[in-house]
Amino acid sequence: MVAPALRVMEVHARGYRRTWRSNVVTTFLNPVLFLLAMGMGLGTLVDRGGGPAALAGGDYLAFLAPGLLAATAMQTAAGDASFPVMAGMKWMKTYHAALATPVSARDLAHGLLAWTTVRLLMTTAVFTIVMAIFGALSLPRGLLAILPATLTGMAFAAPIAAYASGLENDYGLSSMFRFVIVPLFLFSGTFFPIGQLPDWIEPLAYLTPSWHGVELTRATALGTAPAWPAAVHVAYLVLWLAVGTVAVGRGFSRRLVR
Amino acid sequence: MSDPLAPGPGAGHLVAEPAVIEARGLVKRFGDLTAVDGVDFAVAPGEAFGFLGPNGAGKSSTMRMIGAVSPVTAGHLRVLGRDPATEGDVIRARLGVVPQEDTLDTELTVEENLLIYGRYFDLPRAVIRERTDELLAFVQLTDRRRSRVEPLSGGMKRRLTIARSLINQPELLLLDEPTTGLDPQARHLVWDRLYRLKQRGVTLVVTTHYMDEAEQLCDRLVVMDQARIVAEGSPRELIAAHVSREVLELRFSPDEQQEAVARLDGLAKRVEPLPDRVLVYTDDADRAAAEVTERGLLPTSVVVRRATLEDVFLRLTGRSLVE
Ligand SMILES: Nc1ncnc2c1ncn2[C@@H]1O[C@H](COP(=O)(O)OP(=O)(O)OP(=O)(O)O)[C@@H](O)[C@H]1O
Ligand SMILES: [Mg+2]
Repeated sequence: MVAPALRVMEVHARGYRRTWRSNVVTTFLNPVLFLLAMGMGLGTLVDRGGGPAALAGGDYLAFLAPGLLAATAMQTAAGDASFPVMAGMKWMKTYHAALATPVSARDLAHGLLAWTTVRLLMTTAVFTIVMAIFGALSLPRGLLAILPATLTGMAFAAPIAAYASGLENDYGLSSMFRFVIVPLFLFSGTFFPIGQLPDWIEPLAYLTPSWHGVELTRATALGTAPAWPAAVHVAYLVLWLAVGTVAVGRGFSRRLVR
Repeated sequence: MSDPLAPGPGAGHLVAEPAVIEARGLVKRFGDLTAVDGVDFAVAPGEAFGFLGPNGAGKSSTMRMIGAVSPVTAGHLRVLGRDPATEGDVIRARLGVVPQEDTLDTELTVEENLLIYGRYFDLPRAVIRERTDELLAFVQLTDRRRSRVEPLSGGMKRRLTIARSLINQPELLLLDEPTTGLDPQARHLVWDRLYRLKQRGVTLVVTTHYMDEAEQLCDRLVVMDQARIVAEGSPRELIAAHVSREVLELRFSPDEQQEAVARLDGLAKRVEPLPDRVLVYTDDADRAAAEVTERGLLPTSVVVRRATLEDVFLRLTGRSLVE
């Protein structure tokens, strides 16, 4: 007897086996391009300009790679927790099919989160290895960063899935990507330390799970001390995940059980 | 087991055996809207039970409550002897459901759809694979086994949905408009398959807009209108109770119909003018047809036929009159 949420996770995995090819470009090629353009192109300039002294890791590529890992986890999680929810609830109504079986709305929600976790572990692992091949991360320490990166992704996946379950159409999702995910991708300390931001914005960055995620992932990958105690970063990410997990269970039930 | 040829229990909803479904004063509200307004019915094991009714009557809402996916607002409901509010998952494990709208994963193949659905029931892969062979043969989709669902025709998707609903070998099958959108051949195939399931002892609950389907499939049915049950019985009982044995169908040229109807007055128990024809309910349609001629009327066509459920439906819901 397999718990219903795990069966839901298995079904996601089966669906992914058919569609992973179309996901490769967004989840994988994009960051590699970023790494090439920013890390190797821009990085050369940064390193020449004497910036690296101010950067954890000593050179720009080493600074950027773990940040990109965490930010990519966030982006992947946001994608997995949004449009597929819309498809399950409205477009294909596959969630309604599942609900006719012993599976409950809560199982669907938690199965989605379980699957997203597995997918983030896989994505960040592959990404870490690719970055190591580019010399941007050192192994085996770099592999440890998979865990904080995945946690970062999950701190987004849970609340985003809850948010998606309350939407009637996907406009709300496009806006979310445009006005939340993209800015966070750029301004959470991924490409430069948030100390460079205007002073009044800096505290806002502390509120975002992505800054905590980037800090934690970078410190783990480089073996340096994070901005705040690691336990605080972890606790903040876990808080988002926990609140999101409760919210997504309720959101799915409210939406699907009528 | 109830004998399908024996008359149904008729008035009252008492069934001798423990009912598969038992509903008393069942209510479903969506905000201010009352979709189901205190309905009573019981379905016996092995029975084929039908819901008829116009659009919006509350058939699907009732089916979804029975399927333990939509919470009951008020009233008493037991399915397979259990309360959907507290044991929904146990009930659903023993049910098969064909929803009104297809809910297939169109990105997956035919067999993958059966596989994932079977996994939701926690069936072992080997069992699912075995049943997939049988079920695809049963609905004649074996040759599409590895096709993606997306490009399948509407009728094929419907048949796949039916196959999918059987993956857990349900005791009770809920079919919400199973043959809507199917061509006549596919409909007959589905009817035949449902009949075979019934022979195996599966209890069927069907909603439909097709009167011939209801007559073919259902031992007993209820007519719903505006959230309530307005009639109940076997097709034969309903015809006997609500319309005459025979019907005379008369067509007049459109501008003459109104005057003709006036002159049909007193011809039979009931004369029902529809937009395109006039129905005369009588126990002796040949006699009535003769009298039409005696009264000097010249219909463009005269048809004598037996009364059907369609006439019952029309009588009870007045539906085609407003259309
Ligand atoms: N999820 C819902 N939210 C709000 N109203 C609903 C919902 N589902 C059904 N209704 C309303 O309940 C009423 C009954 O709908 P239902 O789908 O049960 O009718 P039906 O008899 O199945 O009709 P049809 O023959 O068109 O399928 C309708 O007025 C419908 O708009
Ligand atoms: Mg309906």
